[in-house]
Amino acid sequence: MASRARGWLGIAAIVAAGLVLALVIEERYHHRVLTLVFLWAAMGLAWNIISGYAGQISFGHQVFFGIGAYVTVLLVVKTGLTPWIGMGLAVAVAVLAAVLIGLPTFRLGGIYFGLATLAYPLIFRIVMDWLGYQEVAVPMIRERPAWFMQFSEPRSFDLLALGVLAATLVLSRAIETSRLGYRLRAVKENEQAAEAMGVDAFRAKMTAYVLSAAPAAVVGAVYIHAILFIVTPDAVFGLLVISQTLVVSLVGGIGTLWGPVIGAAVMVPVSEVLDTTVGDRLPGIQGVVYGAALMLIMLYAPEGLYWRIQQAIRSRAGRGAGAARPVIAPPVDTIAASAPTGAVLLEVRDLWKAFIGLQALSEVGFDVREREILGVIGPNGAGKTTLFNVLNGFLVPDRGTVRFRGETVTGLRPSALCRRGLGRTFQVVRTFPHLTVLENVMVGAFARTGAVDTYVRTGAVRRARGVATGTLTLVGLVDRADALPGGLTTLELRLMELARCLATAPRLVLLDEPLAGLSSDGVDVMIAMIRRVRAGGVTVVIIEHTMQALLRLADRLIVLDQGRRLAEGAPGEVTRNPAVIEAYLGKRWLARMRAPTC
Amino acid sequence: MVLAELVQYVATGLLVGGVYALMSIGLALIFGVMRVVNFAQGDFMMLGMYLTYFYAMSGGVDPLLGAILTIPPFFVLGFIVHRGLLARVTGGGDPQRQMDAQLILTLGLSLVITNAATMILTPTPRGIRTTYATQAFALGPILLNQARSYAFAMALVLAAAVYLFLTRTNLGKALRAAADDPEAASYQGIDVRAMHGLAFGTGIALVAAAGGLLATYYPIEPSVAGNFIVLMFVAVVLGGLGSIPGAFVGGLVIGLVQSLTLLVLPFQLQNTGVFIVFLLVLYLRPQGLFGRRARTV
Repeated sequence: MASRARGWLGIAAIVAAGLVLALVIEERYHHRVLTLVFLWAAMGLAWNIISGYAGQISFGHQVFFGIGAYVTVLLVVKTGLTPWIGMGLAVAVAVLAAVLIGLPTFRLGGIYFGLATLAYPLIFRIVMDWLGYQEVAVPMIRERPAWFMQFSEPRSFDLLALGVLAATLVLSRAIETSRLGYRLRAVKENEQAAEAMGVDAFRAKMTAYVLSAAPAAVVGAVYIHAILFIVTPDAVFGLLVISQTLVVSLVGGIGTLWGPVIGAAVMVPVSEVLDTTVGDRLPGIQGVVYGAALMLIMLYAPEGLYWRIQQAIRSRAGRGAGAARPVIAPPVDTIAASAPTGAVLLEVRDLWKAFIGLQALSEVGFDVREREILGVIGPNGAGKTTLFNVLNGFLVPDRGTVRFRGETVTGLRPSALCRRGLGRTFQVVRTFPHLTVLENVMVGAFARTGAVDTYVRTGAVRRARGVATGTLTLVGLVDRADALPGGLTTLELRLMELARCLATAPRLVLLDEPLAGLSSDGVDVMIAMIRRVRAGGVTVVIIEHTMQALLRLADRLIVLDQGRRLAEGAPGEVTRNPAVIEAYLGKRWLARMRAPTC
Repeated sequence: MVLAELVQYVATGLLVGGVYALMSIGLALIFGVMRVVNFAQGDFMMLGMYLTYFYAMSGGVDPLLGAILTIPPFFVLGFIVHRGLLARVTGGGDPQRQMDAQLILTLGLSLVITNAATMILTPTPRGIRTTYATQAFALGPILLNQARSYAFAMALVLAAAVYLFLTRTNLGKALRAAADDPEAASYQGIDVRAMHGLAFGTGIALVAAAGGLLATYYPIEPSVAGNFIVLMFVAVVLGGLGSIPGAFVGGLVIGLVQSLTLLVLPFQLQNTGVFIVFLLVLYLRPQGLFGRRARTV
């Protein structure tokens, strides 16, 4: 709670400092620099929402800046509408554009997204040229200048820009501390793990994109009235706008609201001073400085100034405080090894899945019953993980159906399946590396927050924190709640992933080799934990290589080999099945076992 | 008559597309081997144009020869840029962040080169006067600009040379191995960092040569990079990121689309056709024409 208060105090401090500067400064040129600092900080913050929090690096964010500028000015020119209202309409247009751009573009991952975003401002630039809007000047209006955002007093622009900055800071802070903020960070860190934990990645990204388009449009509108006075396609849709945005954000540090503010406070005055002192003799010095700043920051502090400073402070404070690590003891195993099973929970029928040149699954079908532990075994490449990927929605089967709790769920996204009660863990643990253990689990806990929370958002984070703490206590990891996943042992990582999965309140969990890489003590802990999960009423499907462990754990086994279901039944039965022995050990073993004992 | 006009547009598009193809394979090579999207590619092209101009002005070297002569110095320059800048960016061991950091580094490099060139070389456009720039070969009713035809032919030769280098020589095979699996390649005794330097140097040399060829018919100015870098990106994405033959075909397609757009849209909107094709490809087939869809999980 202390850090929460500190966040709002920080914003108040920035605004107060801005106010003081705006009032103290006398010279007109200094006011201009101050206005620029505020506006570029706000633009950096807008960009930071989609590219910093959500991790979707957008190289075309000036498209919204340009829309804000053009819509506002054209409304003044054509209809005489005041920019104060025009700005609102510009935001509406920018939001609409964000939706239209986002719908196709967020289907693209990673670098493809960034490259695609490059194209949009270029298209706008060409179209504006073609429409004949190569140069649109803000018309000078003598009467009621304030009503048309035409202040003669430069201080007024400072205050206007500061207001925009303050609003963007508050928006950023609200996102950072909300459920959306956690979800965006999860998507950024590991999109697939986030999906599996019930985060609809597409929706989260769209929301962030819309929220980052709106302030960018406002900044564009104000920038035109305070600085440029004439809109040209190049000035608002051009590369220099996005370069400046990237510079303030990256130099300051992304993924935090302080970064762009620091970046703007450092970079804008430097480049302005250079431009006025040597800009006449060396046109383009600004570009060189920005480019050099980007290169230097990527070479020497790619995380940005804010994170670099924070790291330095932390390492000074945290020196010598190596925490003693509690040993996780296996919980006392009082739970019955098997439990009565109930109705069919998951129905798998006739699944087929092929990759290029490989039939990964053929004709796979089985039932999972309520409260059972079903083991899936098979040699490497048998199709076990592919089966899980189909079951939890990462892959769409070529043929076949999956029914979960009576509902056909084939083809649903992992997040949708998770919200219906189907959780999973991964063969190689997938963490959100820059979130603490507690926050990792909280991402899962958001999945269970129901319809009420959609409207009452304030409680969602607090409740998720409660659920996450409870789940961590359950798996015995609550002491490590504030650690980052990077400092965890393999067992702790596996337990964290299990906790994250349980936090989604699943009815069925798919565990992909949860025992891999564990010591024999670790295996005991994990087995006891899985039994406890089942005792809590959760059905478990588990992939495992080590037959020994699975014989202790599973009620029933399914054997896959080369994508086909080879056998199914009670563990003892399956292990004596000749076809299974052959698949695992080869024909010679089978022959030897069949031979009469000497 | 209408058919002849259509053929004329197709021919013009292909000729221009040949040079686009050459610049794009440089970008594709760099991405394919190093996973780096090089934003500064257009700026090296611009520098290649200026070097060709310099050769022509100071030594009277024909730009078609000058384009070839840009290859050695730009190969060295690319190698140095890789060793001195790109190889130093690590991103803290996280591959995604390293990719982002390298990309932003090249964006910074691009800003520095463009603006420094504006300061030093002045924004005044320059051109190389050649006898063939204004001549045309006549194939019946079809006219082929001679400068563009020569540039096209040279682009084909260079692209073929790159292809043979990659597929037929041991060094080329080592390069491809380093691209496919850097770790496994390093276990086979392949110096992956040197391979990256080789790829970056070759990629830069190719785009500089393409710039030299372009200089035979296109004005030379510091801001020229911006007009071409996006076309290169589009060509490379069209062909499937990192695929050399894909980028080559992508370049030809861009030329064609640019040219054929003129049949239906005014000249100013020429590039909207390209961007629309780009977005359609991204939307419908993000792995590109030649790329394979990566397995996701």
